[in-house]
Amino acid sequence: MIPELGHFALALAVAIGFAQAVIPLWGAARGDARMMQAAPALALGQFIAMAVSFLSLVWSSVTSDFSVLTVAENTHSLEPLVYKITGSWGNHEGSILFWCLILSLCGAAVAQFGKALPASLRARVIGVLGLSGVGFALFALLASDPFLRLWPPPPNGRDMNPLLQDPGLAMHPPMLYVGYVGFAVPFAFAVAALLEGRIDAAWGRWVRPWTLAAWCFLTGGIALGSWWSYYELGWGGFWFWDPVENASLLPWLTGTALLHSAIVVEKREALKVWTVLLAIGTFSLSLSGTFLVRSGILNSVHSFANDPARGVFILALLGLVIGGSLLLFGLRAPVLSATGIFAPLSREGAIVLNNVLLCSIAAVVLTGTTYPLFADLLLGEKLSVGPPFFNATVFPLAAPLCVAMAVGPMLAWKRADLAAALAKLWWAALVAAAVGVVAAFGARPLPAIGFAAAAWLIFGALADLVARIRLFRVPLGASLQRLGALPRGSLGTTIAHAGLGVTIAGIAGMSLAQQAIVLLHPGQVAHVGGYDWRLESVGDVAGPNYAAREARIEVSRDGRVVATLAPQRRSFPVQQMTTTEARINTNLIRDLYAVLGEERDGGAVLRLHVNWLAPWIWLGALIMAAGGLVSLADRRLRVGAPARRARPAGAPA
Amino acid sequence: MNRRLLLLVPFGGVLVAGAGFLAMLERAQEGKFDPREVPSMLIGKPVPRFTLPGDPGFASTDLVGRPVLVNWFASWCVPCAEEATVLMDLKRAGVPIWGIAYKDKPADTAKFLARYGSPYARLGRDEPGRVAIDWGVTGVPETYLIDAQGVVRWRFVGPMTPDTVSAELQPILRKYA
Repeated sequence: MIPELGHFALALAVAIGFAQAVIPLWGAARGDARMMQAAPALALGQFIAMAVSFLSLVWSSVTSDFSVLTVAENTHSLEPLVYKITGSWGNHEGSILFWCLILSLCGAAVAQFGKALPASLRARVIGVLGLSGVGFALFALLASDPFLRLWPPPPNGRDMNPLLQDPGLAMHPPMLYVGYVGFAVPFAFAVAALLEGRIDAAWGRWVRPWTLAAWCFLTGGIALGSWWSYYELGWGGFWFWDPVENASLLPWLTGTALLHSAIVVEKREALKVWTVLLAIGTFSLSLSGTFLVRSGILNSVHSFANDPARGVFILALLGLVIGGSLLLFGLRAPVLSATGIFAPLSREGAIVLNNVLLCSIAAVVLTGTTYPLFADLLLGEKLSVGPPFFNATVFPLAAPLCVAMAVGPMLAWKRADLAAALAKLWWAALVAAAVGVVAAFGARPLPAIGFAAAAWLIFGALADLVARIRLFRVPLGASLQRLGALPRGSLGTTIAHAGLGVTIAGIAGMSLAQQAIVLLHPGQVAHVGGYDWRLESVGDVAGPNYAAREARIEVSRDGRVVATLAPQRRSFPVQQMTTTEARINTNLIRDLYAVLGEERDGGAVLRLHVNWLAPWIWLGALIMAAGGLVSLADRRLRVGAPARRARPAGAPA
Repeated sequence: MNRRLLLLVPFGGVLVAGAGFLAMLERAQEGKFDPREVPSMLIGKPVPRFTLPGDPGFASTDLVGRPVLVNWFASWCVPCAEEATVLMDLKRAGVPIWGIAYKDKPADTAKFLARYGSPYARLGRDEPGRVAIDWGVTGVPETYLIDAQGVVRWRFVGPMTPDTVSAELQPILRKYA
């Protein structure tokens, strides 16, 4: 009964979405105020229907209703509750439904928070969101129905992929999807602007918070995914240039570019056409990433049930959304005229440089990801593009980006004085150079450059802050007052830029990791990375839906015990799969990382790593996302938000 | 360039990419496009040197003289059981098939062959899986065609079906017979 309710709600959402697409867009074209006013209610209605549909699926999953095909295929009655819930979106059908839910949520959010928008713009934005929502909901309904029944129901489910049974991964897809789908809002704004034929500063101010919010989620989602692959896959790495990872990195890169160019639209009414293209491009890349993963034409460790027939449906859908919006762009963009004029050396100029570099990195990653596919198609050649290509092409582009990143925020709008900006940065440059020289003695050149870049970014961001609050120039109290009065937007910039520095330091540190694969018998000791790793014992452990072998390893340094690690190798009988559970001890400076491999002749094969600064990689991403959130709290972006206005001044938030 | 044309470039690029992806999907449905497939480095090269125990077992030097189909299999592999009927048909058609049991205990192999029938003229055992590494075997079942000079001419990953036999194996067998 509940699954049928969900199915019906999904069909209802398609119907409402259709109305949401047609009525407001038509109304905006005719200038009919009443038709435009219908938009918010329809968006809200679609969201409610979608939420009912999604909750029905979660309900079926939680109650282990194995007469529902996706539930039977992806969950198991013995599974912990949290994985029964996450199991509902950890598969193809469920994740598409979740995708639709978030898309309808975006429409509802624009309806709710966009009350101050010009009526025609709001109607068009909601209409465009409705149009893309209908496409995906139809895909869920016609080609990947999550409520398909199975009769007779099997006595038990087939369980979820054990690799996905992990708290980190419970959070990763939702965050990533919210990030991906969140870019639908800037996309809808871009298409609406093309339809209106007008972009002004207000448009830039409206697009930015949505972009920022989506960007924060995407940053968090990518970081979580990378963290998951670090501790769960047990390969000791954090980024593999896997096609699916690249698919998430691409919209992040162009989304970051969009974030910056939208500021120029807002402040200077320049770069309008380019910003519109970035908004369309970012959402297109989010969509294409999903398509490439689902259609099975990319070779990847990320597995979903792949089906070329489904791929054709998604491809047609993408063709309509992406092709349609780009055609509209080609026809309508000439109408948008630029007004702001700026010198090459200015804040605008720095942001253009940022955009050029970020988009170049995106182009390189896109080429590396799709080249093998096209080489196979056109030349019949089998080849793979791996980390060496990406490292060799991305680093040279990232280096000037880092150099410019610290300088950019110090430049004035319109025309800037480079010498004055550099004068504020001299001590950051000194620290970076010192860090680089010290690191060059201990490490290879590339990590040393990485450390120097990290120091440059972190201290460059600090230098910007110090200059803004006139620290040491005015009394401390006055400085703190200035800090409090600083626009949240520029504070967010400082935090996010420093966050990237922390991530780069982590990556550079990680490249110095020491590792060894050893065969130890209980009682034996291995020396890796300056630590003594003593295998105490190997024993059996039972879990709710798995059985495991667990090694106990005592790690000591200079005779002092530092940590006890208990890595496991779990076998899941239902899925007939084995996973390795790495165990990690961290003190933020280094990770002690142990993986239990095969057992042989009474001994155990262990993989032991000392990963320097590894946690900084994700810590940095967290700081970047936090910077985005601080920037979101900027007063300028809240202007016109009724929820805030209603609250009395000074009340606790 | 004309600004209007320039602004249509993204649309054109997406059209081309979309057409490419459509072609990939169509070929994938026909089974002609598989990005997962890894080509064997052995094609056109002589078989790596090996000697395998078994009854009677065989060595790389024994493969010279006539084309032989070498089939890697294991009793623990479900697709191998699916493939057994196809191999038996090939045997009846007079194709010499030699088998290599991969990471399999002799007793289990014997039970497997008793149950599904043995298509193999000769049987080698690679219990430690060392020879499989030299061959670059990615999994079982996997089938290789070795020509009369002992050169690898064809490889197939996964269970062969009657379609594979008629579409791929027969033409190449005729070529090297």
